[in-house]
Amino acid sequence: MTNGIRVTRREALTGGLVAAATGVIVPDALAYAVERSQSQRKAPARSVIQVWLWGGPAHMDTFDPKPNSGSDYTGPFTKPIATNVDGIQINELLTELAKVADKYSIIRSMTHGNNAHETAAYITQTGRMPGGRIVFPGVGAVVTLFKGYDAGYKGLIPPYIVLTQLQGRFSEVGFLGTKVKPFATGGDPAQQRFVVEGIVSQSISDARQQQRRELLHRLDTLALALKDDPNIVAYGQCEAQAYDMILGEGRKIFDLSQEKDDLRAQYGRTTFGQSCLMARRLVEQGVPFVTINSQGWDTHKEHFQTMRRKLPELDKGLAALLKDLSDRGLLDSTIVWVSGEFGRTPKVQWEPPWNGGRGHWGPVFSALVAGGGFKGGHVVGASDAVAAEVKDRPVYPWDLLQSMYMLLGIDPAAKLPHPQGLDVRVSPTKEEGLKSGGPLMEIM
Amino acid sequence: MRDMQRSTDRTQRNRSGLPSNPAQAQSERRAPSKASTSSMPELIQPFELSEESAPRSKLDELTFAHWRRAGVTPARPCSDAVFLRRAYLDLTGTLPSTEEARAFLLDTTPDKRARLLDALLARPEYASYWSLRWGDVLRIKSEFPINLWPNAVQAYHRWVYAAMQSNMPYDRFVRAMLTATGSNFRVPEVNFWRAVQSRDPESLARAVALTFMGVRAERWPRQRLQGMAAFFAKVAYKKTLEWKEEIVYFDPRLEAPSLRGVAPTFPDGKPARIPPGTDPRAVFADWLLASGNPWFAKSAVNRYWYWLFGRGIIHEADDIRPDNPPCNPALIPYLEKEFIASGYDVRKLLRLITASATYQLSPVPRGKRTAGDTCFASYPLRRLEAEVLIDAIDQVTGSMESYSSPIPEPFTFVPESERTIALADGSITSSFLDLFGRPARDNGYLSERNIAPSAAQRLHMINSSHIQRKLEQSVVLRGILRSRLPRQVVTQLYLTILSRYPTSGEMATALEYLRTGGLNGGLDLAWALLNSAEFTYRH
Repeated sequence: MTNGIRVTRREALTGGLVAAATGVIVPDALAYAVERSQSQRKAPARSVIQVWLWGGPAHMDTFDPKPNSGSDYTGPFTKPIATNVDGIQINELLTELAKVADKYSIIRSMTHGNNAHETAAYITQTGRMPGGRIVFPGVGAVVTLFKGYDAGYKGLIPPYIVLTQLQGRFSEVGFLGTKVKPFATGGDPAQQRFVVEGIVSQSISDARQQQRRELLHRLDTLALALKDDPNIVAYGQCEAQAYDMILGEGRKIFDLSQEKDDLRAQYGRTTFGQSCLMARRLVEQGVPFVTINSQGWDTHKEHFQTMRRKLPELDKGLAALLKDLSDRGLLDSTIVWVSGEFGRTPKVQWEPPWNGGRGHWGPVFSALVAGGGFKGGHVVGASDAVAAEVKDRPVYPWDLLQSMYMLLGIDPAAKLPHPQGLDVRVSPTKEEGLKSGGPLMEIM
Repeated sequence: MRDMQRSTDRTQRNRSGLPSNPAQAQSERRAPSKASTSSMPELIQPFELSEESAPRSKLDELTFAHWRRAGVTPARPCSDAVFLRRAYLDLTGTLPSTEEARAFLLDTTPDKRARLLDALLARPEYASYWSLRWGDVLRIKSEFPINLWPNAVQAYHRWVYAAMQSNMPYDRFVRAMLTATGSNFRVPEVNFWRAVQSRDPESLARAVALTFMGVRAERWPRQRLQGMAAFFAKVAYKKTLEWKEEIVYFDPRLEAPSLRGVAPTFPDGKPARIPPGTDPRAVFADWLLASGNPWFAKSAVNRYWYWLFGRGIIHEADDIRPDNPPCNPALIPYLEKEFIASGYDVRKLLRLITASATYQLSPVPRGKRTAGDTCFASYPLRRLEAEVLIDAIDQVTGSMESYSSPIPEPFTFVPESERTIALADGSITSSFLDLFGRPARDNGYLSERNIAPSAAQRLHMINSSHIQRKLEQSVVLRGILRSRLPRQVVTQLYLTILSRYPTSGEMATALEYLRTGGLNGGLDLAWALLNSAEFTYRH
């Protein structure tokens, strides 16, 4: 096996110790029948906004500050700030998020132990360990399967939207296939006009759209000759759907100029900020899963300079999103999940070639959850004094994803349609033999 | 570079090759379609001849007899234009150029289809395209969950390409991989043993069964799988000092704990005798490649049939088992016999099939039933694969894609002149290829590739800046639209984009649009042809 896949011995050891210390629950989706039936009855969440901090944000420089760990560990960030929840402190640059800490909970004990981007992203987003013949779908694809067209979703906008670019090198859909593939908008919502690739055209007038569509219909000789062929029928249906978006209501949803200027300013006129605003508009329309891919968190070099630039953007966009969702009564039905694939090395790498950078760190990292049935104002778990290992209450990616599925009313024991007919469940079963801290009942 | 020069050539020839007047274009149109009668509905006329199809080879006798028994009337013979485009796409994954299309359609010699097949089988695109198809099956990709890494991907792909180009006999091709030992950089075929998600003997056995027997061994009784796995229990791997180099070798001392007490047993139940010091993989290869083997040639001919028709005679083509019968039981034994007798000559096999009346049927069925229901009594429509589609768009617009992969190291940058079908690495980043269902190459199932249409795909083709830019900035189209003779414009667009002449009805519609469509009329016409089912689907 190449390096990425194997859980390091260090992780296996520490994971084992943690397991022993906390009386680990062996995960078995079937064992949560009680919680499941309860959550199904309530099923408070309707949509998910996934804020994906691709590259791995530094947990100690965001939501798990360790001001007393010494400058070898803290770098310049030694003054975390208090939030509007007693006892919760976060990085000093997150001033807006500090004002709304009652709306979200911080998980400081996320762990999977993997330090390779692709593999860690796979683990975090699928809630499965890699290996074997099954390439699992990500949470967005699973939610789309259970909340999308097959589950009665009638929206014009595709049920799974990525703002603005796919992560790449990661199959969101795994074995579920293109049916649940996300629609990536392309374009930049911070521009004057958000040119959503395929939906909003920069240069074609509506009249010309109509004209050339008619021309296409008249010249589509093979389609006319074979109009009963199932391929041709499907091709025509897809075209009709496409034009509903191009010329119908679809494009209006992507028109950010319909929002008030001061609200747009609150989100920040950045790509990230306006993506957050766009995400709110989408869940308002009932879109079940929206991913905001925020890049640039892989800060091997110039770590602290990058943080000073990126944290205020994150702070503004995310805080505005939480407030706006809450003001509109959408937060109760919308899960906001903020995470990268791992954290970063606790000790600052001052030596060349890094000169003040942080490397990949899978043993412990932080995630933030809000809304959709997750309580706000809590901290789940803890890392050790230098944010290097889980100290208390490990939360594995599958624990978090299972919690989200429960809030969404998706049965963690439900079968996923595998093309070769294998028995694959939404959440890991006992046979898969994964360690677990159990779902996040304490904040649900 | 080679490809770029060729496409530039083409553009120039396109321009100089314009018919000098509309009358000539008219006569060109009539000349090749003598066989069709004026009483045929115009919709069908461009796609088929008016006569009935008739068997002309042993293969055809088997299919026509089957249809007769089943009460199915086969489709009529496809037109020259349809044959041209079909043969280009199926054998080379590439569209004919404008000039190639014109030359073929105007050629009146009776053996022109046969000559075209020979020419296509000798083209470099043939090797590129079949390497792409084998790349899917062999799971050639750098990244998770296969993790071959870039250097090995390039070496492995190049090895496959050379095998395709030199027409390496199929049995030698397979034996080379099955018995390979050495460095993943220097003996590229060892990468067969690395391009798996898991390296335990049972996983290796499943990969061998899927790839070379067309069988899903996970459905087998455990005992049979273990018996086969025992042949691969001594496949060992070790790193070297070079970055990502790995040696695959036979280590007689290896013991797989899961196979304790399991003796190597062939999948047909016969026990194997492995002389001491012999790599059991070689013993397995001898068994697999022996001429009476019930899986080897069968799975090969069935898979090549699948590649040409989008459907196996046994369907799915990699799920051969007693309770999954072929739609025509006589066909596979015949093809097997021919394939073995030819010394596993893949080009000959492809030639045999594509020269048949069966392959050259029209896409328009004679009844309501589709090709899948009638065992290929018409040619099955399929959307072009992602890579073929983008190459086709690039060819007709004269544009290019640029591909790169910044991670994992070493970085991969693909020259813009390289066609997409020639990409080695299945994990190179491309949102277009993902959107149009490029296979993940995670497990090698043929069904990993998805050619179903989606609304998002149509949005992209109809209205994305990516496609619109290609149209607006196209040197090829500008060259065509520069003509002051609208009939020439229409004819040239049809030849370039759909590889045929327009019908009189299409010509009238197109001329009307050019008259009223303003400045963008010509571009819209090209756009409409590009978005037609005829462009998008093999037919």
